[in-house]
Amino acid sequence: MGQIVSQFIADYGELLIEGVRDTIIMTAVATLLAYMIGLPIGVLLITSTKKGIRPNAGLNTVLGWIVNIVRSVPFIILLVALIPLTRLIVGTSLGVPGAIVPLVVTAAPFVARVVEQSLAEVDGSLVEAAQSFGASNLQIVFKVLLFESLPSLIRGAALTFITLFGFSAMAGTVGAGGLGDIAIRYGYQRYQYDVMTVAVILCVILVQIVQTIGDAVSNRIDHHER
Amino acid sequence: MIQIDHLHKSYGSGAEAHEVLHDINLTIESGEVFGILGSSGAGKSTLVRCINLLERPTSGKVLIDGRDVTDAKGRQLADVRAGIGMIFQNFSLFQQRTVLRNVAFPLELNHTPKAKREERARYLLDLVGLADLADRYPSQLSGGQQQRVAIARALANNPSIMLCDEATSALDSTTTAQILDLLRRINRELNVTLVVITHSLSVARNICDRVAMIDGGSIVEMGDTEALFANPQSDILKTLIADAKVTNHRHTHASEVTDEHENAQTKEEVK
Repeated sequence: MGQIVSQFIADYGELLIEGVRDTIIMTAVATLLAYMIGLPIGVLLITSTKKGIRPNAGLNTVLGWIVNIVRSVPFIILLVALIPLTRLIVGTSLGVPGAIVPLVVTAAPFVARVVEQSLAEVDGSLVEAAQSFGASNLQIVFKVLLFESLPSLIRGAALTFITLFGFSAMAGTVGAGGLGDIAIRYGYQRYQYDVMTVAVILCVILVQIVQTIGDAVSNRIDHHER
Repeated sequence: MIQIDHLHKSYGSGAEAHEVLHDINLTIESGEVFGILGSSGAGKSTLVRCINLLERPTSGKVLIDGRDVTDAKGRQLADVRAGIGMIFQNFSLFQQRTVLRNVAFPLELNHTPKAKREERARYLLDLVGLADLADRYPSQLSGGQQQRVAIARALANNPSIMLCDEATSALDSTTTAQILDLLRRINRELNVTLVVITHSLSVARNICDRVAMIDGGSIVEMGDTEALFANPQSDILKTLIADAKVTNHRHTHASEVTDEHENAQTKEEVK
C-alpha cells in the first residue's frame, strides 16, 4: 500500500501540485479582476434605483441589461467566442493567462449581482441618517453601504471564488491547466481514475478551505445582531 | 431660529399629485423645545425632514437663522445639515461601528483629524452617561443606551438645532422618561433648539414649550403647551385628550370603569 502511494506521488505528484497552483492563481486573479469591474457596477445598480441615493432609471436599465445578457451566455461558449479578445489582451488564448480573460468576463456580472444583493441588505434608514449629517453620495457609498455590508461582501467573495473554481475546470478545454483540466484529461480521456479521484479530492479540500476562511472572516468582523 | 414659510409638499405630479403638507407656517425660536404633534400619516415626519432638506418642499421656504436654505446644494447643503443634529425612532446606529465610531461619524464626514474626533466623541459619550461603553457595538446595547449613543452622535458637530423623530416611541415608559430628561438637559445646558416629533400627548406635555398640532397635512392649532392642553380648540386635539383621560381613568380606576360598563349593559338590556 505504502509502495503504491509513493509510486503514485512519484508519478503524478508534481503534476498535481502544479495543478493546485494553476487553479489557485487562475481563480484568485480572475476573482480579483472580476471585483474590480463588478463591484462598481453593483454599487451603480443599487445607487441608481428609484429609491437609491442617485436615481437614474436609464443607467439602471442599461446596466441591468448588460449584466443579464453576459450572464446568460454559457461559459463554454464565451470561452471560445472570446478567443480573439483574449489574444488581444494577454497575447495568447492558451494556458493560465488565456483562461483568466473569459473567467473575468463571466464573473464580473455575477459579482455585480452578488454585490448588489449585499448592499440591498443595508437598512435604508442608515443612509438617511448619514444624509442628515451631511454625507455626500460618495461618502455614503464607502462609509455606509460598503462598510456596513462588509461581512456580507466577504461571504459573496468566497461564493464567487468557489463558482469561478468550477468554471476554471472548463477552461481546461482551451489548455488552461489546473486541477479540473487534470481530472478531465486523465480521468475522462485516459481512464486513469486514480489521478482523477485525487484531483477531485484536492478540489473538494480547496473549496472547503476557501469557504471556511470566508465564513470565519465574515463572522469575525460581523457585529450585527442575528 | 427656524422659519417655515408657506410650505407645501406633494408627491407625484399632475393629476396623481398627492399633497402631504399644506401651507405650513411656523417660527421656532432659538433655545425652545418645539413639539409637532400628530397621529401617524399626518405629515409630521415629512415636515421635520423639510427642515434639514431630506425632503425638498414643493413650494415655500425654509429659513435657518434668517438664511434661506430651501435650495441649498452640495457643499452648502452639507453645511446646513451639519448644523442640525437628528435622532430617529429606531436609533439608526451603524451596526458595524463601535459606539465611539458611531458618535465620531459626523466628524469623519468633514475630515476632522482622528485624535480630535475621538476626543470629542469621548466627551459626548461622557455627557450622555455612556463613557464606559465606547468600545461596544450597538447590538450589545439596550434601546435606551442606543438612543443615548444616537443623541451623542447628533451632537458631534455642535449643532444649534436637533430634530427628534419619534425618539422615544420604541422605548418603555421608564426609559422614555430618562431620554426626555437627557434631551431637556441638552436643551438647557447646550442651548440646543429641539424640534420634537411625536404622536404621544404625554411626551409633548412633558418636554415641549410650544406645540403645533398637525392633522391631514395642515397645522390645526399651535400655542404654549400648558394653554393648548388646558383649552384645546381643534376637534382632533379635543378627541386625543379625551381618549387619553379615558385611558388614564381605566388605569387608575379599572374596577370602577368595569362597574360603570356593566351598569350601562344592564340598562341596555332593560330597554
